[in-house]
Amino acid sequence: MKAGLSALAAAAMAVASIAAAHAADQPKHGGIVRFYHRETPPSLSILEEATFSVNAPAMAFFNNLIVYDQHKPQNSMDTIVPELATSWSWDKANTALTFKLRQGVTWHDGKPFTAKDVKCTMDLLLDKNPNDKLRKNPRKGWFEEISDVTTNGDFEVTMHLKRPQPSLLAMFASGYTPMYPCHVPSAQQRTHPIGTGPFMFQSEQQNESIKLVKNPHYWKKGLPYLDGIEYTIIKSRATAVLAFVAGKVDVTFPTEMTKALEDDIKKQDPKAICELAPINVNTNLIINRDKPPFNNAELRSAMNMALDRKAFIDLILQGQGDAGGSLLPAPEGVWGMPPDMLKTIPGYGDVAKDREQARAIMTKLGYSKDKPLKIKVSTRNLATYRDPAVVLIDQLKTIWIDAELDPVESSAWFAKVARGDYAVGLNLTGNGIDDPDQAFYENYGCGSQRNYTHYCNRDLQKLFDQQSQETDLAKRKKLVWEIDKKIQEDVARPILFHARTGTCWKPYVKNLTIMTNSAYNGYRYEDLWLDK
Amino acid sequence: MAGYLIRRFGLMLVTLFGISVLVFVMLRLVPGNIADILFDAAGLIDTADKAKLEHDLGIDQPIVIQYAHWVNGLAHGDLGYSYVSEKPALQEIAPRIPITAKLAGLALAFSVVFGVPLGVISAVKQNSAIDYVLRVISLSGLSMPAFWLGLLILMAFVAWFGEIPIYTDPPVGFWNTLWLYSVPAAAVGFRSSALVMRLTRSSMLEVLRQDYIRTARAKGASLRSVNYHHALRNALLPVVTVIGIEAAFLMGGLIVTETVFNIPGVARFLVEAIRWRDYPIVQNLVMFIAVVAVGMNFLIDVLYAVLDPRIRYSG
Repeated sequence: MKAGLSALAAAAMAVASIAAAHAADQPKHGGIVRFYHRETPPSLSILEEATFSVNAPAMAFFNNLIVYDQHKPQNSMDTIVPELATSWSWDKANTALTFKLRQGVTWHDGKPFTAKDVKCTMDLLLDKNPNDKLRKNPRKGWFEEISDVTTNGDFEVTMHLKRPQPSLLAMFASGYTPMYPCHVPSAQQRTHPIGTGPFMFQSEQQNESIKLVKNPHYWKKGLPYLDGIEYTIIKSRATAVLAFVAGKVDVTFPTEMTKALEDDIKKQDPKAICELAPINVNTNLIINRDKPPFNNAELRSAMNMALDRKAFIDLILQGQGDAGGSLLPAPEGVWGMPPDMLKTIPGYGDVAKDREQARAIMTKLGYSKDKPLKIKVSTRNLATYRDPAVVLIDQLKTIWIDAELDPVESSAWFAKVARGDYAVGLNLTGNGIDDPDQAFYENYGCGSQRNYTHYCNRDLQKLFDQQSQETDLAKRKKLVWEIDKKIQEDVARPILFHARTGTCWKPYVKNLTIMTNSAYNGYRYEDLWLDK
Repeated sequence: MAGYLIRRFGLMLVTLFGISVLVFVMLRLVPGNIADILFDAAGLIDTADKAKLEHDLGIDQPIVIQYAHWVNGLAHGDLGYSYVSEKPALQEIAPRIPITAKLAGLALAFSVVFGVPLGVISAVKQNSAIDYVLRVISLSGLSMPAFWLGLLILMAFVAWFGEIPIYTDPPVGFWNTLWLYSVPAAAVGFRSSALVMRLTRSSMLEVLRQDYIRTARAKGASLRSVNYHHALRNALLPVVTVIGIEAAFLMGGLIVTETVFNIPGVARFLVEAIRWRDYPIVQNLVMFIAVVAVGMNFLIDVLYAVLDPRIRYSG
């Protein structure tokens, strides 16, 4: 009898604890999650901007046709899920992509969402809208292969392509491709965005805050869980960290924490959850190949061989970084070259041996310890640029290049680079999506605005097109590796490292997933909830 | 007295005109404009789109025409639109002024309440233990960088109280407001009071060595009467000047404090606006600070004339 009672009590306790655990896992409605924001964003119009300072607060206003699963950290073709589109399909020739659209969705102002809105958005992106124009259109190139957009009734839209481009889906799934309403001018989206997303615009005060309020008519029934999201703009990172520790904010600005800061936070708030992940932003060396003596391929090659990538990672990132090519390396990256392949590229293997070879080239070119090549290394006058530039200068000394730092006022940086008014520079390149089309065409394509070194290899450009049209994923990957290897061997824009940065949040913030191969796609926050 | 005031007022207007020209020209001499920065944020330069934006904002026009537009707007109470928020500049600037005014007012009160009496004590008790202690404190107040002191205060609050006195939302009610502003005001006021204290001390010492003070003592006036009636009033002249300058400085110079304590005041906003080359905000905000500074100087001139009649006759 006693044994029976004990067993019953144990069973009851087990059931109670399971029920409690289950209750703890059950999302709760209500509450406002508080983030800190690192700066006042240039605007809230995602289509016009190219920084996740905008995506982080603004993605929750909108929906895409399709989107990367917000709880799968690695974005890939396999993690794309429907959003405003219920399904999508390619025609046989892979040149027409048709989206069936969700019915019953309304914009924040109550007007219905239809195929007309998709067409308007695409016309804005393609610069074909006769009544409206984006002030800036940084991702026009993503959709260059779309020749036309047609609608079939209110709930079907087809993108007609000039040639097959399977990765177009990746572009549509990015946080950078929200749908805009036809009836709202694009200028208004900068200051008072109207979307179909889980949260509506409440207010924005420069230097103060951005406030989002729950969309009570969100088409996903029961979502969002939160009543709102608040971003307090805190410019001083030291203050922001202290504000997080003191509980004034629940989440740090995404990917803003360094390893050292994370360690500091964990020391002061051991319960805080912190995650370090790559953000698909690489630090790279840009060499002006039109400017003598850098028009000499051998000199560029010698500079590449002088690089010690591990030293960069250890010194700048306390080991929290990865060496790689232009595409983010595995395991977080989908397309990065395998390490064995990477090692075969000059500059990625034995540093001492490479430097010896580099010095031999320098000797051949007439330089020596006593007769060094004097150059300036230009970079943006921001710590994230300046610090690696200083390490670069030190490393170039090993091959008799006597470099001087030329810090360029931040606002003048891209204009200077675009003019070709530099010899050697250090730059940061962010990739909105982990996809070769975006990375190759944007950064290495002949004539691309973002191809700062003006590298142009027509044969490689053909391979860009070939990989872009390849529907077999394995075949495409192999081709992509070959292209990336060639780009690195050509010293098009030597990649110094891919940084890993962190985000911290309080344990009561639930359902927060940090994307590991892009910092631009994971801010919908519709099912984020607070266990308070 | 009237002539003196009219002359000073005229000078004030000329100064403001000079500042307006200087600010306008200097702002346009700084490399880059809002279009550069907006496109820079997108990592590209689209020449045609950039030119269109410059045209839309009117920053492609000759500088003289831009200046005329601005001054004409000012005369009609139209400060233009912020390039960043696209809201009227007045709507952006106006709410930040009371924030900074409260902070500056509290900091100034802190510096006067502590600086003047402690300066007098330090002078009267020259070379005593208390004088040494006060001099060390004032020296540390002057030499501690504001950001360091501010962060130290924040760290202490977090470590000891698990609280952080920073601005995240507008405070509600008198006590809340006082609490929110008093900590940064004390941080600023510490430096200001050190300055006021040192000046009061040296000014007092100088006055205390004057013949008329010796005469007053010889006539048998009490120590209290000599120190506070005869000496302090005269010693306060340079102190009033410094307090006036400090008040004007506090209206626009609290960049570090506003950043560390996350206060959305005038100074931090101005720095951000400069970063964005948000001309309408920068021009109008600098003019506002200039008006405060010049106005304070005018007020000091008037106070001088009241405190020292010789100035009215010679000025």
